[in-house]
Amino acid sequence: MNIDSIVNGVVIDHISAGRAMRLYDLLGLDEADCSVAIIKNVVSRKLGRKDIIKIDAEIPINFDVIGYVDPQATVNIIRGGNLIEKRTIGKPERLTNVIRCKNPRCITSAEQELPHVFRLTDPENGVYRCLYCETKGTAPGVR
Amino acid sequence: MMRSLINILDLSVAEIDELVAAAEDIIADPGKYADACRGKKLATLFFEPSTRTRLSFEAAMYELGGNVLSVSSGSSSSAAKGESVADTARTVSCYADIIAMRHPKEGAPYVASINASIPVINAGDGGHNHPTQTLADLLTIHREKGRFENLTIGVCGDLKFGRTVHSLIQAMSRYEGVRFVLISPEELKVPSYVKKDVLARSGIPYVQTENMEEVMPELDILYMTRVQRERFFNEEDYLRLKDSYILTPKKLVNARADLSIMHPLPRVNEISVAIDDDPRACYFKQVLNGKYIRMALILKLLKEAGK
Repeated sequence: MNIDSIVNGVVIDHISAGRAMRLYDLLGLDEADCSVAIIKNVVSRKLGRKDIIKIDAEIPINFDVIGYVDPQATVNIIRGGNLIEKRTIGKPERLTNVIRCKNPRCITSAEQELPHVFRLTDPENGVYRCLYCETKGTAPGVR
Repeated sequence: MMRSLINILDLSVAEIDELVAAAEDIIADPGKYADACRGKKLATLFFEPSTRTRLSFEAAMYELGGNVLSVSSGSSSSAAKGESVADTARTVSCYADIIAMRHPKEGAPYVASINASIPVINAGDGGHNHPTQTLADLLTIHREKGRFENLTIGVCGDLKFGRTVHSLIQAMSRYEGVRFVLISPEELKVPSYVKKDVLARSGIPYVQTENMEEVMPELDILYMTRVQRERFFNEEDYLRLKDSYILTPKKLVNARADLSIMHPLPRVNEISVAIDDDPRACYFKQVLNGKYIRMALILKLLKEAGK
């Protein structure tokens, strides 16, 4: 399978196999007007199998989303065909407007303009809780 | 950001000791505090019905020599016109020195606290937090037992939805030698996140049981809550279980002479009125303690705000 190298853009590498689509959705890449390639189940020495997302433009990326979905993923920024920056993300302390609180009694359900903010309350198990009502946060398909 | 009280864990153990000591001082010499808040205004913003909590805050402020501005229901305020909690908090900050807020939406007092320029006290947000009830419970425990350490605390009734129970467990799990006896029907057990995130993490021992009489002799404190009909999936289970969690003189036969019986009130039928005259009944003292600890809290937050 051939996918052209990127000249200017972003490569999200070392995504746990099977998580690329979730990341694609949460990053809002469906709305990007550049070419985006999702490569699933690539053989990886480190992970056995991994997914990769290649974005053929240097669009703004919400790194918190990547850290939330898959903290082991790496982000490579490519400019002029060269690797300019390689970042590992880790779990962010706070998520703003990445996931939504589903508690109907939460103040965010009544006041539409409030940002949906989640705090990392249990780093070991990756548990995020709503800043306002402390309900556990879950994104569709994220374990 | 102005110092507020949203969750009981916003207060350190040392601060709780300080509030308890201040409340004890107020009880010993209320006259000394009669003008402590002269010229200051407490805004009680209650967007949900409440009798005792609002009256307790208002009585507390009056006894400190201060004044009260009151909104007693959401329908008579700008909230009914769609004003946001943030805007309400900013507006009230122009009129008052401190806010006590009850709101049906969880997290509303927190939103108020990050937007107000004066301290905000959470007076209950839905089924989430009610830290001043926990402070009233803690003052009562301290007054009755003289300590927070080395106590066996039985909590009985609805342990699944009862916010006062969860906050009490959180607050007491910070003390040495505390042990919990969790008495409830299977349907209303303490949620697993409280057991995992609070009890297990703090290394607090606990036992769960459905039988109140069996554990009665072990208890230093019995904290009763109401088992509500609407919490059950079927009427049969409710009828089968409801009497098991009603405290009667008969159930106290094997209780210790120095047991303290507590209840956040309002009571419906879960404590027989025959127990009201028992010297071990503390629930009306808890109400009075609630006013004193709120006085201590108002003083502390106003002082920290430089008012």
